[in-house]
Amino acid sequence: MLSFNQYVRAQSLEEAYALCQKKSNVVLGGMLWLKMQNGNKGTAIDLCDLGLDQIEETPEEYRIGAMVSLRTLETHAGLNELTRGAMAESVKHIVGVQFRNVATVGGSIYGRFGFSDVLTLFMALDAKVELYHAGVMSVKEFSDFPRKTRDILVRVIVPKTERKTVYLSMRNTSTDFPVLTCAISGQKDHYSCVIGARPMKAALYDDEEGILAAGITPESAAAFAGNVASRANFGSNLRGGADYRKKLCEVLVRRGLLALMGD
Amino acid sequence: MMDIKMTLNGKQIQAQIEPDMLLIDFVRLKGCYSVKRGCETANCGLCTVLMDGTPILSCSVLAARASGHVIDTLEGLQEEAEEFVGFIADQGAEQCGFCNPGFVMNTIALLRENPEPADDEIRDFLAGNLCRCSGYEGQLRGIRAYLDWKKGVQQDEPEF
Repeated sequence: MLSFNQYVRAQSLEEAYALCQKKSNVVLGGMLWLKMQNGNKGTAIDLCDLGLDQIEETPEEYRIGAMVSLRTLETHAGLNELTRGAMAESVKHIVGVQFRNVATVGGSIYGRFGFSDVLTLFMALDAKVELYHAGVMSVKEFSDFPRKTRDILVRVIVPKTERKTVYLSMRNTSTDFPVLTCAISGQKDHYSCVIGARPMKAALYDDEEGILAAGITPESAAAFAGNVASRANFGSNLRGGADYRKKLCEVLVRRGLLALMGD
Repeated sequence: MMDIKMTLNGKQIQAQIEPDMLLIDFVRLKGCYSVKRGCETANCGLCTVLMDGTPILSCSVLAARASGHVIDTLEGLQEEAEEFVGFIADQGAEQCGFCNPGFVMNTIALLRENPEPADDEIRDFLAGNLCRCSGYEGQLRGIRAYLDWKKGVQQDEPEF
């Protein structure tokens, strides 16, 4: 059980940032994962009064406030059109509607969880995070950003770049954590692939050898799938072994590419 | 201790709470015993309440965060629930009934958002409501029977 002594609804990002510098304080997202931890914290910092539950659209990008729920991502027409439904597919298997109404995009990305569907897709979309102090950086950079640096994730920015996107995950049972996640994105004939839940945080694998440069065919899809599976590291946990994940990776990458074939 | 206020089942309330109190514990303290804790891992959907009309897991939301919002539990939505729960009971869908309040709350949310859901839309929306007695088919048949009945009723009404 998580307990804390004080609850503060920050009235500015500056206030939230100042409060979160203290190691014993904690910033709340949806609190779903946080609540599962044991420990006694000082102050819980809530960002819910800062208007960060909105998605703004500009000609170049979608600017998604940190407190936007996963359910809002799932049902957002613009984001789903941009990603060809990959946005909804990446979150709709996460527990249930009530959970996704509570879980936030900021919490999901900030946690850089080893099981994250959300991190997997946003990395493939070449999204950026805006941190109050450290500024804007790519999700990929942020995934390696030192955890001990205490900052406030303000929003996640998705560029409206013309790209093809597909999202796939494997779950042992519906609504469970994924055993493996896979997001593929292609711009013209250049593809990259993000594999998550390995069960380590998502990582990006580019088509460095140009295996798909001449287009996706059943053969080139299988070759790139094999290439990604041989480069990625996999681990074991109670949901699956490393070898099983490697096999799944090949299958998901190949299926994902075939789904994009002909687009 | 801190002060909170909210509208719980249509009634304005104020209270003093510990800052880390969860909404589930607060509404139970206020007598809403339909709201139950089934899993402790934010997975089972038993603790579902509506916050400003949106279904949420009250086991994972702070009472402090719910301050200033409108909270509805099954105690406050008896009439809306009554319309369809009989159809689920007619299918003998539930055995122990423990999952029922959360299931009914989320079904209310579903039908408000999507009054004529297809079977797969029902399955998707209710996937976060676990029932350990059944295989969910009975509940699905019950909701389908209710929707068919409602359609029938509407069809029987004269057209203008």
